[in-house]
Amino acid sequence: MRGLTLSAPAGEVVALVGPSGCGKTTALGIVAGLDRAFDGVVEVGPRPDGGPARIGYVFQEPRLLPWRTVRQNLALVLPRAQRRGPAVDAMLEALELSPFADRFPTQLSLGMARRVALARAFVVEPDLLLMDEPFVSLDEPTALRLRGLLSNLLDRRPTTVLLVTHNLREALALADRLLLLAPSPGRVVAEVPVAVPRAARDDATIEALRRDLLSRPEPAFRLLA
Amino acid sequence: MPVLMPVVSILLLLALWQAAAMIVGGRLLPGPPVVAHALLREAESGALFHHMGVTLLRVLAAFALAMSIGVGIGLPMGRSPVLDRLFGPWLVFFLNLPALVVIVLAYVWFGLTEAAAIGAVAINKIPNTVVLVRAGARAIDEGLVDMARVYRLSPADRLRHVLVPQLTPTIAAAARSGLALIWKIVLVVELLGRSDGVGFQINLLFQTFDVAGILAYTIAFVAVVQLLEYGVLQPAERHCQRWRRMPADA
Repeated sequence: MRGLTLSAPAGEVVALVGPSGCGKTTALGIVAGLDRAFDGVVEVGPRPDGGPARIGYVFQEPRLLPWRTVRQNLALVLPRAQRRGPAVDAMLEALELSPFADRFPTQLSLGMARRVALARAFVVEPDLLLMDEPFVSLDEPTALRLRGLLSNLLDRRPTTVLLVTHNLREALALADRLLLLAPSPGRVVAEVPVAVPRAARDDATIEALRRDLLSRPEPAFRLLA
Repeated sequence: MPVLMPVVSILLLLALWQAAAMIVGGRLLPGPPVVAHALLREAESGALFHHMGVTLLRVLAAFALAMSIGVGIGLPMGRSPVLDRLFGPWLVFFLNLPALVVIVLAYVWFGLTEAAAIGAVAINKIPNTVVLVRAGARAIDEGLVDMARVYRLSPADRLRHVLVPQLTPTIAAAARSGLALIWKIVLVVELLGRSDGVGFQINLLFQTFDVAGILAYTIAFVAVVQLLEYGVLQPAERHCQRWRRMPADA
């Protein structure tokens, strides 16, 4: 990866779109502070209260603690004082997970486990939400439903999001801005703002946006095909 | 059927023992009834319970010490290649240190005290626990560790909710082999430098060639250790592993 510059104002949803091997996941790891083997600067925040920025991360796999229940998985990422508070149950309710609160992750389907991972990322009220292919390897109806839930959460609580995906439709459904990446070295080759408000994007709109991108003549867009 | 086979197995052993006792005869190898009588005699006098109780407390203290220190050393060694390379050779040294040497030196350096006795037993078990825990720690899921870092879990929470649960099978294995090893070493420690406990008592019985008494104490103590294994260790392990057995989404 070389010369990657990216900035997002608070509340913007940015999608990193590109084929595998262009460093999308690496970029998220660097922003999250998990990967320190790089030259460059990452700045998140500052928060209005001056504290360190809170990051939510939805990994490619759910990465739930299998030996803790759904509720415990959510509670654990909160500061100790808030664990018994209403935040966990409210978030479970919002993602329609309440009936599964006392289940262990081993008892959940992949779609359900991803939903719990999404709930965990939102329960910390993140200043920055990182999402790495959060709906990959789900069947289309499940992915669609999960995307809808995410969309609702974002409407209710505007959050700065960095979404990594290779799925153009998904990016167009959720993001305010798309960054198209190309591999070796990983770099941004095009920037595409999405003007239509998220709530107004139905299937037909998304399809139209997609066709428009695919029909552009610049080489950057040929990678999308 | 599953209950029947162990019973048959034990009966077979008793029969073999009785046959051997009849062939050898006399005080050298008393049969099961003679040993049972000795067991009853020691139980009635209260000596059996006193000495077993004392020994059991030492076993538990040494066990707790060895397990917590073993995990405390093995976990960082498994997680950090630098620590592993630095202290790996020490581990080889301690693994090969004879139990008797540790016990004798502990008594020489710290006197014939309870602390020296328990410490010596623990030191004999710690290297083995470290090796097992280190291997378990190397296999820890980095994805969950990264998750804990991103969500800023405190070191205590990482240990309790992320690391130790992954080490449960390892710790359980270490606990089982530890219990078996520790109670044997505790007897030696008692024989060499304590004035109570099963080891001390066996030494007394040895001096009077009371084989029936020795066997009585041995059987009683093996039974107690087995009880600990099936009554405490295994249920504890099952409790820690309950999430594995949950049926899939109903």
